[in-house]
Amino acid sequence: MQDLLYFSQQLINGLTIGSAYALIAIGYTMVYGIIGMINFAHGEIYMIGAYTALIAITGLTALGIAWLPLVLVVALVCAILVSSSMGWAVERVAYRPVRGRHRLIPLISAIGMSIFLQNYMHLAQGSRNVGFPILIEGGFNFGSDGAFQMSLSYMQITIFVTTLICMTVLSTFISRSRTGRACRAVSQDLGMANLLGIDTNRIISATFIIGAALAAVAGLLLGMYYGSVDPLFGFIAGLKAFTAAVLGGIGSIPGAMLGGLILGIAESMTSGYLSGEYKDVISFSLLILILLFKPTGLLGKPEVEKI
Amino acid sequence: MLILEDIHTHYGKIEALHGVSVEINEGEIVTLIGANGAGKTTLLMTVCGSPQASAGRVVFEGRDITKEPTSQIMRSGIAIVPEGRRIFSGLTVKENLHMGGFFNTKSEIRESQEHVYELFPRLKERESQRAGTMSGGEQQMLAIGRALMSKPRLIILDEPSLGLAPLIIKQIFEIIGKLRDDGMTVFLVEQNAHQALNLADRGYVLETGRIRLHDTGANLLVNPQVREAYLGG
Repeated sequence: MQDLLYFSQQLINGLTIGSAYALIAIGYTMVYGIIGMINFAHGEIYMIGAYTALIAITGLTALGIAWLPLVLVVALVCAILVSSSMGWAVERVAYRPVRGRHRLIPLISAIGMSIFLQNYMHLAQGSRNVGFPILIEGGFNFGSDGAFQMSLSYMQITIFVTTLICMTVLSTFISRSRTGRACRAVSQDLGMANLLGIDTNRIISATFIIGAALAAVAGLLLGMYYGSVDPLFGFIAGLKAFTAAVLGGIGSIPGAMLGGLILGIAESMTSGYLSGEYKDVISFSLLILILLFKPTGLLGKPEVEKI
Repeated sequence: MLILEDIHTHYGKIEALHGVSVEINEGEIVTLIGANGAGKTTLLMTVCGSPQASAGRVVFEGRDITKEPTSQIMRSGIAIVPEGRRIFSGLTVKENLHMGGFFNTKSEIRESQEHVYELFPRLKERESQRAGTMSGGEQQMLAIGRALMSKPRLIILDEPSLGLAPLIIKQIFEIIGKLRDDGMTVFLVEQNAHQALNLADRGYVLETGRIRLHDTGANLLVNPQVREAYLGG
């Protein structure tokens, strides 16, 4: 019984962190699916989302507004707006001018953008980590007193539910809406979509905006979950989400969701049964293994040479 | 309707077309024949603005479209069935068609869709199937259907018979004839010169980036030079 509770606790922790990874991973996978580049500045977009949410929450508190649903909604909307604008701007400034060149050039541009945004945050918000108010407290406890108790916090439930809503909305949008259909068409054959009169630049911008909005949601959620942010907040999370995207099959949206959850669970199981120190070793070993043995990822399709 | 005037097109530093002029009148089928590498596809793609002509003019219905972006040209009454079909294989047949009519209203889409299903009843049967799982002939029908969805006044077809069975080719050529009878203008590139010239009102022969000959389809069919080079003697 104790063992089962302990295992369930790791599973819950893993699913929590994994769903946040999945939210970030979608941004990587959608951009890769459409223009075939890795947007290494995506982790920074997520970090900016977390900072924006924190600033919004601090501002509202200073104004004396403390009604939780309002605070959360305002923080969420601000984070989404700022991150989406940043995602859009990054593409316009750093990627569009070098699109169509050798693959390395946009990649270098992306890394440069990532370093720029990190350092900008160091300047603007200071290098030290800033406390994120714990707005959602409490939770359920299972198990008897005096023994191991499994806890499921309201914060964790919030993360699951929000992620679930985002994923459902995104899947419906991609599979049913007109723009979603255009996104799928552009990711399969950008040139052909252009020959049907579709302004592919707008679809590419839309992809960056959607990815950034989801990263902003993750930024708010994980900021509250960890209780602090710093300018390097996006670096490791970005790498993890990238790993998740590759694990699930880069370019595949369901793949990014699955990859995020698997990675999250693998990490929490490592922390729970081995040691927290090994958690990054395990995630990046997973990345290396998947690249060695199944480079297309779990749900990715092999790239077919077009005739 | 479409006037190509002294078109030069470059791929990087290499000039693929050295001053090509072609004129297409409303309601005609005009075919362009030529060997591999003569520049046929390049000429068609220059009409679509991808790549753009480096010199010369493309005039469609009196409007100079030489420097317009592809997405704008393809919304002004021109549609293309490109070489190799390029259907969206992961989308269903219906979704592919809807991509073709992306800028039309819902009722226009419904109407064009009915029209396409009338021309190609097979597509209706396969409506919700993923396009990539269909046979080559069906995919070609879909590519033509997708082009028709935007109700173009000029349809450009690049090698529609490539790699298809003779029976299907015959069917596709019948459809092209039918499109002209419905008032559409057709610009057709074909390696199947015999069938193309038979169907076309006029034809142009392109050789290494220059127009060598142009005449009515019937005259080109009996032209000794054409017979020698493209119709197997």
